Amino acid sequence: MEENKKAYWQENLRLIFICLAIWFAVSFGLGLLLVEPLNEFRLGGYKLGFWFAQQGSIYSFLGLIFWYGAKMNKLDKKYHAEG
Amino acid sequence: MDELKLYTYIAVFGTFALYFAIAWWARAGSTSDFYVAGGGITPLQNGMAIGADWMSAASFISMAGMIAFMGYGGSVFLMGWTGGYVLLAMLLAPYMRKHGKFTVPEFIFDRYYSKTARIVAVICLIIASLTYIIGQMKGVGVAFSRFLEVDYGLGLGIGMFVVWVYAVLGGMKGITYTQIAQYVVMIFAYTIPAVFISLQLTGNPIPQLGLGSTLADGSGVYLLDKLDMVVTDLGFKEYTTANLGGGLNMFAYTMSLMIGTAGLPHVIMRFFTVPSVQAARQSAGYALVFIGLLYTVAPAVGAMARLNLMNTIEPTAGQNLEYAERPQWFKDWEQTGLLKYEDKNGDGKIQYTADKATNEMIKVDRDIMVLANPAIANLPNWVIALVAAGGLAAALSTAAGLLLAISSSISHDLMKGVLTPDLSEKNELLAGRVVMTIAILISGYLGLNPPGFAAGTVALAFGLAASSIFPALMMGIFSKKMSGKAAVTGMIAGIGVTMLYVFQHKGIMFIPGTSFLGGMGKDWFFGISPNAFGSVGALVNFAVAFAMLKVTGPAPAHIQEMVQNMRIPGNVSAAHDH
Repeated sequence: MEENKKAYWQENLRLIFICLAIWFAVSFGLGLLLVEPLNEFRLGGYKLGFWFAQQGSIYSFLGLIFWYGAKMNKLDKKYHAEG
Repeated sequence: MDELKLYTYIAVFGTFALYFAIAWWARAGSTSDFYVAGGGITPLQNGMAIGADWMSAASFISMAGMIAFMGYGGSVFLMGWTGGYVLLAMLLAPYMRKHGKFTVPEFIFDRYYSKTARIVAVICLIIASLTYIIGQMKGVGVAFSRFLEVDYGLGLGIGMFVVWVYAVLGGMKGITYTQIAQYVVMIFAYTIPAVFISLQLTGNPIPQLGLGSTLADGSGVYLLDKLDMVVTDLGFKEYTTANLGGGLNMFAYTMSLMIGTAGLPHVIMRFFTVPSVQAARQSAGYALVFIGLLYTVAPAVGAMARLNLMNTIEPTAGQNLEYAERPQWFKDWEQTGLLKYEDKNGDGKIQYTADKATNEMIKVDRDIMVLANPAIANLPNWVIALVAAGGLAAALSTAAGLLLAISSSISHDLMKGVLTPDLSEKNELLAGRVVMTIAILISGYLGLNPPGFAAGTVALAFGLAASSIFPALMMGIFSKKMSGKAAVTGMIAGIGVTMLYVFQHKGIMFIPGTSFLGGMGKDWFFGISPNAFGSVGALVNFAVAFAMLKVTGPAPAHIQEMVQNMRIPGNVSAAHDH
């Protein structure tokens, strides 16, 4: 039982770490720190860095939350931890 | 009565009638109904309610205007006010839902087994929420006075009355269902004008795509390139690259808004209304869908409004608009004082440039961009009426959520939790309603006589949430050993540093001339503006708490076990009292 709880939490932490790494990369990385080199590329009329800062980061956040939710639902089932 | 006014009356009072009907249908019968809507809200409903709760008069009215004038720099608001939901979904909401209590200070009390911690949390919550409400009340007053030409004070009074009816009657339950209706009103009011304007300018009805499209005038030039060209010709910073106080400042600002968003109690509280941990994770996703809908349209609204404004004043380069031939919306906004023109060179034409000496548009208030946008683009009157109803829905829904956060922290945390623990459920419900009535009166008074520091208070609200509440909650869940004394010391250190910095640069309680170490700008710590300092405060909070943990030793075993239980969804019961 205790072992299972520990394993569940470890898997959850790993997922959170992956998600937050992407969360950081799309907003602070592509939208802020790397905005100038990225702006050399274009997405239609958008400069790419500008697009990430004002559009792309928000779409990525959305994808992340739903992906994390789906993965966690599976994890809950695996460990019979669902409520 | 002219057509526009008639439509506006119908839109505004029609939506009010709808809110009343919902409030009557969803009135609260128990403390559980009043605080957490009985724990029976579905994730989809909750997501919509969070959207309305979160998107305030600032999001609806001010944000696109700020983006219009800041360009790329405005991205801090777009990323900051959405990225926080990732943190909520992964770091806070599921575990706090599992714990299953009514309020944020109550969670902090349980986890840190300390009444001091609970009271510190209540104080942070009340300051953050009250400062926020002032803005909503001002929004209500402005919307009424502009669109219905009612006196500002009377408009404010009507708004207070409407909130009072459905918030006091329905508590969280009434507020939730009203917020769902308000979200729908708000999102239509925001996107319909944007779709029209995007169609006019680019031929593409989807604003998010229109912003990246070529102009419909046959020139084949991209809208953003055209905008960059127009503004740089007049000496303004290039729209798509204009920075906001340097890279580090934008980084810290975005981070402060993100963790501040995740730490605002009126948002966290909404996650207590769903039936399970899984539903809590899911509602964060739905919330961001509904919020993202407005937030991805806002940059298009901002850029297109700026372009339309520029094109109105200078239709072709060097051919400036004659002041005598200015359009009706220009005259309307001049009357409000939010738009001001001064013919400096006496040629009767309007010059709008970045150079202070020659610029004749001496005032263009950012807040008018969204409200004037439909008129600038010559949209039909019913669209303008809809915008008025949408602005009111945004302000009222946020005010209601904040009022509930305040009243629950006083009736549940301060009275039931600390002062009068033997309060019966019936009396606690009554106390909640009385406190809410008082809170409405106070916020109405503050909206009517805004204190001098009202403009600077958003920094304070986000700074407090970011530097105190977010770190305390996160450590409470992710560090089993974190002790009560260490966490309280961390919270106080975080708030202390943030407040000192804000007051040092903006004056003590924002009174000019009382900043104690010197003026603004030059002395900023690594160029980080006071608004962006919450993230530094949060770092201080974490560092101090972990250092103190070495001194105090770990939390007792039963607390560590409680944290262990929080982490596993397990058997989740409905939110309950003690």
